[in-house]
Amino acid sequence: MSSAVPILEVRNLMKTFGAVVAAKNINVDIAKGEIIGIIGANGAGKTCFVNMVTGYLAPTEGSIMFEDTELVGKGPREVTHAGISRSFQVSQVFHTMTVAENLSVALAIANNRGMKALFEMDTCELRQQCDEALDRYQLDNYKNTIVSNLSQGIRKLLDISMAVVSKPKVLLLDEPTSGISVEEKFHFMDIVMSALKEDNVTVLFVEHDMEIVERYVNRVLAFYQGEIIADMSPKKVLVNKKVQEFVIGKRH
Amino acid sequence: MLRDNTSKFVVAGGLAIICFGIMAPSWIVNQLMFGFSRALAILGLLILWRTGLVSFGHAFYFGLGAYTVAILDIELGVTDVFLRFIGGAVIAGTAGFLIGFVMRNYRDIFFAMLNTAISMVLYGIVVKTELLGSTDGFVISIPTIFGVIPETRHPLFVVIILIAMCSAILVNFYLKTTVGKLTTPIRDNELRVEYLGFSVAYVIHLNYTISAVLGGGAGALMAMSLGQVDPDSMINWTVSGELLFITILSGPGSVIAPFIGSLVFEILRTYAFEFAPHLWRMIVGATFLTIIFFLPGGIWSVIARLGRRS
Repeated sequence: MSSAVPILEVRNLMKTFGAVVAAKNINVDIAKGEIIGIIGANGAGKTCFVNMVTGYLAPTEGSIMFEDTELVGKGPREVTHAGISRSFQVSQVFHTMTVAENLSVALAIANNRGMKALFEMDTCELRQQCDEALDRYQLDNYKNTIVSNLSQGIRKLLDISMAVVSKPKVLLLDEPTSGISVEEKFHFMDIVMSALKEDNVTVLFVEHDMEIVERYVNRVLAFYQGEIIADMSPKKVLVNKKVQEFVIGKRH
Repeated sequence: MLRDNTSKFVVAGGLAIICFGIMAPSWIVNQLMFGFSRALAILGLLILWRTGLVSFGHAFYFGLGAYTVAILDIELGVTDVFLRFIGGAVIAGTAGFLIGFVMRNYRDIFFAMLNTAISMVLYGIVVKTELLGSTDGFVISIPTIFGVIPETRHPLFVVIILIAMCSAILVNFYLKTTVGKLTTPIRDNELRVEYLGFSVAYVIHLNYTISAVLGGGAGALMAMSLGQVDPDSMINWTVSGELLFITILSGPGSVIAPFIGSLVFEILRTYAFEFAPHLWRMIVGATFLTIIFFLPGGIWSVIARLGRRS
């Protein structure tokens, strides 16, 4: 759809679990800086797609090119090193540690790859970076709170902030607003999207809430039964008959 | 963020114990030697515990270290305390590194019991092999220190305390590196660690190898302290249980905890046996239950609480 040089090229992607086809014939080009919403009913293959791009699931067939790197066959760690990060539908954080400790771990890993990991961490620099991240994601007030005592929304913010500290080029968010109250969701997304825009991160996020999709994305991929049935702007996608029938659930 | 004064406490505490031990009667010196030797293995188990792994078979490394000392003594005539210690630690560490390729793929009960399995294989081999002393084991000659045979137990005691101090300081340093700091995150959420870009298998393998080195070193020191090795007191599953018991008794809070826990265990067992020879196991068991119910963070949690209050 985009005319710019793609940062991510997905070709003929397919995933089967025995006789069940979870994803098929997925072809999509994603340009740098795009904000893409992935919509679809439950079981449509959205999370399966995210999992394949981020190395959690190996595709049965197809190719995923990220810049000049083939991602098929790479695991989560290698995908992260390549420059792709993700957050999860259920926040994946360190629940017995404080918010600041969680961020410090993420920052320490991002700063100290390879042999540097065997030396004592520069706590001063780390603390400064940690404070910046806390400020950016408005987590200052929860700095010393143990994660298991936090609300879902704050955990999600922390999850995303941890995914971003390694300065990824592409970020995939799996249902970022699930479990967040209606009152909080726009505030939450404003914090996340403004922080990501500053870093010019290409974002793909799975979302059920069409209000969020309309407000924050410039392109939508609609999934149905493992296939992309629409790839267009949010305004067009909402009036697309296929999308209305198979994703939104309106009958004509 | 609080400044970490652990190393200073280790040096101060170690020197105080050396001064105390030099003046103390030999039975106290023996208790300290046994306690501090064993504490090295607990230090290794502490690293694993922080990573969320419990080994019920570290007597394998403890025994490997102890038997390396015996073989070095009997077959090669090595008497130097440092060479024996390094020999035990290196052999156990090499075994731990190789076995680590398998162990890093397992968690929970599978990790615990696989370790038991390998320790019982070694136990079986030693018990059935005359060359390895079978059930009787070996008597080990008194270790020399810089070529001199000490006349009392005190020089060996000082060496053990110094080795224990160095080990505690090194482990404390390791726990402050990026890899060392990943122990709790791995226990909490391996998936997130992988998606942050660090190999969980690598950290677990490294931690396992370090615990094997410390286990072997502990076994070597214990063999020299006791002056003998035999499969029941060095490799049997009861030894693994004992090490695990002391780890829980100590708590994972600090590298100092294993030394306190190990000494408390020595005192507890000695007095329980002294006053109730038929019931000493019950006393140890009741202590274990009390710790689990009332002090899940071990003895160290009490010390940490008192420290925060003051």
